[in-house]
Amino acid sequence: MERIPILQMGDFLLVTIQVDMHDQLALTLQDDLSERICKTSARGVLIDISAMDMVDSFIGRMIGTLSGLSKIMDAQTVLVGMQPAVAITLVELGLTLPGVSTALNVESGMKLLQERVREQ
Amino acid sequence: MAALQTSTLDAMKTNQTQLLAEWTNGLEASGAARNLKEQDLRQQTSQFLQLIVSGLERGNGQNVAAPGWDEIRLFLEKLSHSRALLGQDSHQTASFIFALKGPLFALLQNHYQDNPALLAEQLWEVSELLDALGMHTIRTFQKSREAVIKRQQEELLELSTPVVKLWDGVLALPMIGTLDSQRTQVVMESLLQRIVDTGSEIAIIDITGVPTVDTLVAQHLLKTVTAIRLMGADCIISGVRPQIAQTIVHLGLDLQGVVTKANLADALKLALTRLGLTVSKAD
Repeated sequence: MERIPILQMGDFLLVTIQVDMHDQLALTLQDDLSERICKTSARGVLIDISAMDMVDSFIGRMIGTLSGLSKIMDAQTVLVGMQPAVAITLVELGLTLPGVSTALNVESGMKLLQERVREQ
Repeated sequence: MAALQTSTLDAMKTNQTQLLAEWTNGLEASGAARNLKEQDLRQQTSQFLQLIVSGLERGNGQNVAAPGWDEIRLFLEKLSHSRALLGQDSHQTASFIFALKGPLFALLQNHYQDNPALLAEQLWEVSELLDALGMHTIRTFQKSREAVIKRQQEELLELSTPVVKLWDGVLALPMIGTLDSQRTQVVMESLLQRIVDTGSEIAIIDITGVPTVDTLVAQHLLKTVTAIRLMGADCIISGVRPQIAQTIVHLGLDLQGVVTKANLADALKLALTRLGLTVSKAD
C-alpha cells in the first residue's frame, strides 16, 4: 500500500508530502505519524507541503489534525512551504488552522522548531 | 415599399456640393463638430456622401446589413471608433448622420415640388436609410466605448496592486482605492506569489490609500492576513488613519492577532527589529 514516508532527523520527524493526497493516504499518515512520535518520542515534527498544489476541505482539516495530535503528544509542529493557491483555498474554505505554526521553507521551519524546543 | 427613384439619386448627385456645404454648416451650428479639425470633418462628410451615392447607384436596398453597404458600414465604424477615442458623446456622434436629413429633405422638397405623393414616399425612403445608418453608428460607438472602459478597468486593476520590496525579506503592498472581492483576490494572489518568489518573511499591507473600511473590507483584509500566515510569513497592517481606527472600533470589528501600525515607517521599523536589524546614524 502507498505510504507517505516519515523520516527521523535527530529529535525531529520529517514528513514530506510529495504525491497527490487522497483521503485514505491522509488517514494512513495520521496513524503512522502518531505511532512514530510515540515510538521515537520525537520533540518536533516538520510537515513539508510545498509539492501540494491542490487541497480540499478534508485534506485541509487533516493538516490541522496532524498538527493537533502531535501537539498532544508533546511534539512541536511546523507546517512549511504552503503554495499561494492552497493558502487562498484554505482561507476561502474557512479553514484558518488556528494554532498551527507555519514557515516559508524547510530551512526557516527547522530553525523555528529548534527555537521552540530550546524554549521548553 | 417603393424603391428610391433614380431622379432622387440624380438630384443628390447634381447638388452634392450644395448638400455638403449645408450639412457642414448644420454640423457646426449644432455643435457636433466641436473638437474636430475642420479639414477632417470636410473629408469625412464628402467621403460619406460619395459612399452613400455610390451605394444607392449600385441599387442597394434599405437593408444596411446587406453586403452592398459594406464600405459605408466600415467607414462609419471607423468614424465612431475615432469619435469614441476623442471622448465625444453618443449624441454628437449620431448628429453627424442625422444632420444630413435637413439639407437632404430640403433638396427633395425642392425637387418634387409638383408631386407631393412621390415626395412623401421618397422622404420616407431616405429617412429610413439614414436612420438605419445612424443606428449602426451608435451601435459601433457604444461598442468602442465599452472596449475603452474595459481596458481602463483592467489597467486600473493592475496598476493599483504593485508589490514593492522594502528590504531583504520585507515586502510592502500599498493599497489604493476601494477594496472589493475582485481586487482582494488579485492583491492576495500577487502578494502571496511574491512572498514565494522572494522568500520574504514579512509583508506590510499599507492601507493609507483605502478611503473607507467597512465590515466587508475588514473581512477581505483578514482573509489576506490569514493566507499570509498560512504560508509561513508575518503580516503587518500599516496606515491606519485615526478615522479608520474609529470606524473599526465602532463597528466592533475583531482584528485580533493582526499587528497594526499607524504608518509605514513604524511598520518597517518593526519588521527590521524582527529580522534583527538596526538602523543607525552614520557618524
